[in-house]
Amino acid sequence: MNAYLIQSINLFASVLLLLSFAMLSQRRILTLIHLFTLQGVALVAATVVVAYVTDQHHLYYSAAITLVTKVFVIPLLLHRLIDRLNIKWDVETLINIPTTMLIGILLVVFAFNLALPIVKLSSSIAHSTLGIALACVLLSFMMMITRAKAVPQVIGFLSMENGLFFAATAATYGMPMVVEFGIAFDVLVGVFILGVFMFQIREQFDSLDIRHLEKLKDD
Amino acid sequence: MEFLLLVLVIPLLGGLVLALCGHRDYAPEVNVGVSLCTLVAAGLLTSHVIDGGPMLVLDRQFLVDPLNVFLIALTALVGFTTSVFSQPYMRVERDRGKMTPKRMRLYHSMYQMFIFTMLVALSTNNMGILWVAMEAATLTTVLLVSVYRTAASLEAAWKYFILCGVGIAQALLGTILLYLAADKVIGAGGGALLWTNLDAVKTMLEPNVMALAFVFLLLGYGTKVGLVPVHNWLPDAHAEGPTPISAVLSGLLLNVALYAVLRCKMLADGALHNQLPGRLMIGFGLLSVVAAVFFLARQKDVKRMFAYSSIEHMGLMTFAFGLGGPVANFAGLLHMTVHSLIKSAIFFAVGHATQKAGTQLMANIRGVLKLSPTVGWGMLLGTLAILGMPPFGVFASEFLIITTAMRYLPWATPLLLVALGVAFAVIFVRVQEMVFGDSELKPLEHSPALLPVFVHLGLGLMLGVYIPPYLVGWYQQAANMIGG
Repeated sequence: MNAYLIQSINLFASVLLLLSFAMLSQRRILTLIHLFTLQGVALVAATVVVAYVTDQHHLYYSAAITLVTKVFVIPLLLHRLIDRLNIKWDVETLINIPTTMLIGILLVVFAFNLALPIVKLSSSIAHSTLGIALACVLLSFMMMITRAKAVPQVIGFLSMENGLFFAATAATYGMPMVVEFGIAFDVLVGVFILGVFMFQIREQFDSLDIRHLEKLKDD
Repeated sequence: MEFLLLVLVIPLLGGLVLALCGHRDYAPEVNVGVSLCTLVAAGLLTSHVIDGGPMLVLDRQFLVDPLNVFLIALTALVGFTTSVFSQPYMRVERDRGKMTPKRMRLYHSMYQMFIFTMLVALSTNNMGILWVAMEAATLTTVLLVSVYRTAASLEAAWKYFILCGVGIAQALLGTILLYLAADKVIGAGGGALLWTNLDAVKTMLEPNVMALAFVFLLLGYGTKVGLVPVHNWLPDAHAEGPTPISAVLSGLLLNVALYAVLRCKMLADGALHNQLPGRLMIGFGLLSVVAAVFFLARQKDVKRMFAYSSIEHMGLMTFAFGLGGPVANFAGLLHMTVHSLIKSAIFFAVGHATQKAGTQLMANIRGVLKLSPTVGWGMLLGTLAILGMPPFGVFASEFLIITTAMRYLPWATPLLLVALGVAFAVIFVRVQEMVFGDSELKPLEHSPALLPVFVHLGLGLMLGVYIPPYLVGWYQQAANMIGG
């Protein structure tokens, strides 16, 4: 039974990685939000399985926090945001998706190498997924770099947070509760502020293209 | 313990109260009042620590030791003086239509919350809470940087948010790795992230993981310190936000971030038994000093120029702590204190001058001394102080840093001296042009608050000639704790 469950952790971890790749190449904002929600679901599932197998009760709480913030509240906020900004059906032009994916694969290889010394130390049952967690972080980072629109950049940022959260679960069965509450609170406030911020950007530039935000230079 | 609670609760409550009444005409006075209460509480806490020594309170979640007690006092002091400065400054901005009542409310409320997050970051004993508070400090200020809603300020705030967000995410990864290493030695649970627990077992922490953790923590918190090459948010945020915010960002937030780096370095040093943390800090510090000076020379905006000067000084401190040893650490701590005082004084004076001129472009600010001698003298003396003229405190700390560098890292000395020399030549000439000459400036509707400028300059001067014995004691103890 436990062997299957441990395998299912690996399964959810690989779903997480696949979703990161999907987000990297997704042009539609609405689909991007759906992907982000799915990523949250995979994260919750992985956390619950780890919690069940290891009998770590506080992981149930942290799974619950993730469920509420990453699966319900933040996607809801994002949906309302794109509704009110009227960018629901926006399609972003991404150049060179194949190259991006190839670089993504290299990042995954790099992440697995980076994780090696940590994996050796960790006694967690999920330690083999640590490389995946780091890969998710790097892929989200890359997504933030390649995107020119504000909302996808923010989703990249949140997805990076997902990767970090998964790293914590995989390596050490999550952070202490008080810290996890703090992190969740910060992320929620951050999303809220970004929402306010996007209206300000739109009001000023009539667009959410952050290429407008490259005027400040050192001359 | 009660005093520490007061120090934390007063700004939090103040922030909530100002969220309700921050738009009223009396809000600036409320802001000053709350900041004054915080300062008094911090003063009581400090005298308590002078009498009773370090303390570990509230279930070991909060820590006051020689390394953070003076920073808590400094944060409360600069928080208070900046609120005094912001009284007339923000009224002028409001009268000029740049601040609406709603924005004033946001400003006042977030100002107190910002002070609160920094005080939490300084006093917490939990490395996880330290992270949460650092991130919260970004969140509270991001809307203040964009408060004028100009294109440039929105860009600055967006950069600030995204770059610091990514940076702080690296620090979270570092914290997770730290927890992983601690987990093996201390066991899982809340205790494994308490700094005092970690410090007690630091020699047993797994070196490979700690090395990786320190790299991430240094990059992450280093983003907020403004270390080159992850400094890009800093000049924009300083130049485009309201001047009181520039003053607290430069004078306080950068210090708090460096403090976080120091706490991590102390753990990494213990675990690694090699020079890696120190070397990394020397490298980043030196790069920041040199690069900042060359950027500095190309600036046209006065607040941007002084923002680069902040990067230079933060680099110098990072360099000093990287060198390690009792003298360099002492100098680094002293430099943290005087830089914070002097740089915020400069921003106060410059803030009034830019308001009189109606622009931040240095080419259009002329003859400050003629229209208002006090603002002019404040700018001039502050500039001389920050450039390291004796007898100000900056001279003492820079002198110590450079002589230590000469002894242990001779090749770095010429780089530092050239950088400081170029900074002197550039900043002094620019400020001189702004201060002297014929005036085209307009007087202000609300008379500027100059007391903060001269209080800060006076304290900076005092630290150059006489450091109170208990402060020396703290510096020495903290310097020994940092080791290196």
